[in-house]
Amino acid sequence: MAGRVLLVEDEPNIAEAIRFILTREGWEVLVVNDGALALARVAEVQPDLLILDLMLPGMSGLEILTSLRADPARAGLKVMMLTAKGQGRDREAAERAGVSAFMAKPFSNADMRAQVRALIGG
Amino acid sequence: MSPSALTGTRLRERRLALGLRQGDLAGQVGISASYLNLIEHNRRRIADELLARLADVLAMPLGRLQERHAEGQIDAMRAAAADAPTAGAELDRVEDIVGRFPGWAATLVELHTRSRALGRTVEILHDRMAHDPHLSASLHELLNAAASVRSTAAILADTDDIEPEWLKRFHGNLHDDSERLARGAEALVAFLDAGGQEQEQASASPQEEVEAWAEAHDWSLAGVDVNDTGYLVSAAGRSLAQSLQTQLAEDRAKTPDDRVVASVAKFGPDPLALAHDVDAPVLTAFRRIALRPGSGFGLLICDGSGTLTLRKTVPGFTPPRFGAACPLWPLFTALSRPETPIEAIIALPGPQGARLRVRAYCQVRHPMGFRGPELREAAMLLMYEPDGPEPAIEVGPTCRICLRPACPARREPSILSA
Repeated sequence: MAGRVLLVEDEPNIAEAIRFILTREGWEVLVVNDGALALARVAEVQPDLLILDLMLPGMSGLEILTSLRADPARAGLKVMMLTAKGQGRDREAAERAGVSAFMAKPFSNADMRAQVRALIGG
Repeated sequence: MSPSALTGTRLRERRLALGLRQGDLAGQVGISASYLNLIEHNRRRIADELLARLADVLAMPLGRLQERHAEGQIDAMRAAAADAPTAGAELDRVEDIVGRFPGWAATLVELHTRSRALGRTVEILHDRMAHDPHLSASLHELLNAAASVRSTAAILADTDDIEPEWLKRFHGNLHDDSERLARGAEALVAFLDAGGQEQEQASASPQEEVEAWAEAHDWSLAGVDVNDTGYLVSAAGRSLAQSLQTQLAEDRAKTPDDRVVASVAKFGPDPLALAHDVDAPVLTAFRRIALRPGSGFGLLICDGSGTLTLRKTVPGFTPPRFGAACPLWPLFTALSRPETPIEAIIALPGPQGARLRVRAYCQVRHPMGFRGPELREAAMLLMYEPDGPEPAIEVGPTCRICLRPACPARREPSILSA
């Protein structure tokens, strides 16, 4: 197994597409659709990479990232943030909070694969 | 009361009007010509006693020399200069300008005031674009749908050995997301086109004020107060409303209600038939059919330049607030073919776009005779048309917000396809 990815995305069709793309490359992909459940799921499944949508119900991607970075046990977890054009301020805040990489929507599947590979190999 | 900053200017104007030389006036009031020169250029304050003597010799009411209302103009001129620091306004001559050219000064101050008001409107709109939660939500929805479509379409295009179950699921997702895209684009267009309620009055044109006012009264405008500042915010809006009210009263006089009702019952909403029946101008008939309470018909009227001068819209068809409309509208076909009736079915883009039967006609006038200009005015009546075999002309609102990707008449790219 190349690695485990936890995807936090409330848009089911996007989540489905990402899961399909990454699974075919050999990564194990688990999906959570509510920000409030993300931290517990991280602790439970111990992913190699967390893909976080910025705008989520329950808890925003930025809040999740900040909580992770404040926890020494999870501070090193690779986090890719899904953002959109026009969210420049949020991106800056995510950079300050220690995000590992960004992926702007709408993204190309090739870019998604390349970015994941760059972060966790495989 | 102390002298105004413009007292010297007024003294000089009065002296010149009387044809007196500086030295003569100075001698009559017991001062030197050079001192009077300084006074006339507002560079010396004048003692009350001297001012009274000057007013006496010049036969001017003392009060006029002491008027201070123009000093507000001076401050406003200075404020205008401060807002254009690189223009090099001669600040030391501002009193002269206000005193000698009060009309130009008032013009400059008014333009500056208007420019500031426009600047504020731009700021409000900018804030709205940047921070409006509805806009942000609409864009987010569009981007998510676009992201899903792009990713799913790429999967389908790039994956040869995709399992049937996944294939079916992705096809379904694509369908759902394309619907979402259409709905999102439509919501965004409606938002951008209609504008937020709170800024509506600030950014509405006089024509829009009148349309909102007329809509609020269901186009039954006889006896309605045009000083209704709830809708008619600007003086220009009230003036236009007055003109529309007068126009509709004249139309009613030419085509009584019972004749309109009888004609529509017999011929349907046919302006040519009504005009013939009551011997009235065709555009009068258009207005009488459409601009009645509960008529259910829309009406667009434009002048010879194609500028919309009246808009009564119907759901599913929103003419642009600003800029030029879609050139494919039969309204513009009629404009180029005066006195020729044009009937067509048009279809607006998008799932909520209306299918309409339209009747258009251009009327030509020569109000100044053979040697005067030809004035064209075209009208287009909008009527709902059920789905049917008759082909429709595919039109849009305006290029800027039109969803049709390929259009031979496109002038500029659509913001919806950027």
